[in-house]
Amino acid sequence: MSAPMPQALYEQLASQLSQVIGFIYPNEVETHWSILIVIYPYLTGIVAGAFILASLVKVFNVVEVQPIYRLALLTALAFMLVAPIPLQLHLGHPERAYEIFMTPQPTSAMAMFGFVYMWYLLGILLIEVWFEYRQQMIVMANRGRGLMSRIYAALSLYSKDISPQALAFDKRASKFVTIVGIPSAFLLHGYVGFIFGSVKANPWWGSVLMPIVFLMSAIVSGIAMVMLVYVLLSLVRNEKLDMRCLDKVGLFLLVAIIVDFALEALDYIHRLYQSEESIKILGQLVSSKLFTSLVIMQVLIGMLLPLLLLVLVRSQRVNAELRKLLYFTAALLIQLGILSMRWNVVIGGQLYSKSFRGLMAYKMELTGIESLATAVVLLTAPFVILTVLLNLLPTQHAEQRTAPT
Amino acid sequence: MNKREFLTDAVLFFPAASLVATLASKAAGKELSAETTTGYDPSLHWYGMGIDVDKCIGCNRCVEACKAENDVPTEPYFFRTWVERYTIRNNGETTVECISTKPGPAKQAAPEDPSVVRTFFVPKLCNQCANPPCVQVCPVGATFQTKDGVVLVDEKRCIGCRYCIQACPYGARYLNPHTRTAEKCTFCYHRVTKGLQPACVEVCPTEARIFGDLNKLSDRLVRFQRANEISVLKPDLNTAPKVRYAQLDGEVR
Repeated sequence: MSAPMPQALYEQLASQLSQVIGFIYPNEVETHWSILIVIYPYLTGIVAGAFILASLVKVFNVVEVQPIYRLALLTALAFMLVAPIPLQLHLGHPERAYEIFMTPQPTSAMAMFGFVYMWYLLGILLIEVWFEYRQQMIVMANRGRGLMSRIYAALSLYSKDISPQALAFDKRASKFVTIVGIPSAFLLHGYVGFIFGSVKANPWWGSVLMPIVFLMSAIVSGIAMVMLVYVLLSLVRNEKLDMRCLDKVGLFLLVAIIVDFALEALDYIHRLYQSEESIKILGQLVSSKLFTSLVIMQVLIGMLLPLLLLVLVRSQRVNAELRKLLYFTAALLIQLGILSMRWNVVIGGQLYSKSFRGLMAYKMELTGIESLATAVVLLTAPFVILTVLLNLLPTQHAEQRTAPT
Repeated sequence: MNKREFLTDAVLFFPAASLVATLASKAAGKELSAETTTGYDPSLHWYGMGIDVDKCIGCNRCVEACKAENDVPTEPYFFRTWVERYTIRNNGETTVECISTKPGPAKQAAPEDPSVVRTFFVPKLCNQCANPPCVQVCPVGATFQTKDGVVLVDEKRCIGCRYCIQACPYGARYLNPHTRTAEKCTFCYHRVTKGLQPACVEVCPTEARIFGDLNKLSDRLVRFQRANEISVLKPDLNTAPKVRYAQLDGEVR
């Protein structure tokens, strides 16, 4: 049994108990969903958002975005591979996680996770990446006899056919997978929102808008992340950015962030106007425990400021260098804002008592399994994976690569 | 075959054969119903509990009995049942405290204070909802409702995801730090299926808790429900609690 000595937990709980304001049910001292559950929706959100950005090229033929199509796909894959780890680490009995596949409870939103995740990873992402890179992998496998060529041969699943008909099929297949992938990406993150939105016991979570808000914020964070990686990559590789592409992505980001802002504003206005039993305690929550992370970090710095920057970029007088800087800053601030939003939902929902009479505290541990240290590692891991993927699977097509840039 | 070969074969044969025989009988065997094994038929019962708020004196004996009976960690963060004290003042201000985090009986809040309009104790426990949100959200079906209406957790199946704890509107669940699985009041299922009372009911000196079978018209609980004005906690959530309160103040959530 993986039961660590609960002494550290008791110390944490004693400290959290000492910070309770008002009355809470005695079992509510413990914060059950910790920092790991904050980064889980952040990671899956980026997957869904990056994929939707990629689908603009394949399904909606937005040619300007073509240069970052592959980067968006690989970003989605890198974050997807890390996404289930925080959940797994958080379980009281990680060794029983397989039960979610073996005996899923059909009424549980969480039971869907295993299937949605596997479908999205195996049924959509890997297949799309494979079709996209098949030709190139075969070419690289044929280049020599070393270890790398054997790896490429294995990655191409030992397919050899690069006739025009086969390549045309790749193209069609890839488009088909993307078409199926769009609703799947919506499902992937919409259901994460549903996990929270369906909890009627918790009015901070229980909102019919929650899946939609999660989805929109996912699109925002995914687009911003690809933009961030694209700019960073050009700096590292000393390559010229495609400004037409960046401007187009910036436009999509602007639209997404406006819709996201409108939805979240609607949610708050609706709550205030309906003014239900929980409104008093939620008001206290927002004005005290969540003030910094919600009002300042999420809304002002993480949403309105980047919104302003993205509007500023669109004025004619801004030159390319400055635009690049503005895009980069906006994308970075958006990451901060979306991460804060996940925090405010997950942790915020556990900072007030279901008796509506008191507020709890969450004391984040610095080290250990459910700690800041683990969260930092898990937030860094996708970038490490992405670096490996980018070295293995170049974002430029073979013909572009040989041409001098 | 010489003697040595015969003996080695025999050593392997007998355990292997008995294993196959056991598996075969397991595969062929049907699940025995609870009735045939213990003489208890769960489908005949529908358990509930009545709580007479006026009778509770805040002695905390139910909490202590529950912790002892069910191996609940003694630390003040884990409770299957607890008692709250409400103090309502003439300016409308309501103060609530949990009196069970400290051992021993609690006093009523300064009854001589003229500003106090009402003060009373409210025992709380899992409401054994007929429409339980915790059962709905459990991803692996570890939390389930028995035929006799008790919500239980299978500690061998629970993965410790804590979704049920989030879904419970009453704060009735906790994660046991030793077993790393979710736990809650079971109505002392191990006792009631033997015809005994839950531990908290057994020790209550004022009979503020009434355990019974809602299926039986003659049951004490059914008579208690007939004789009193009954309310449940958070009725707007449609959880259909089977813990029924008499003389419950509207301030109690």
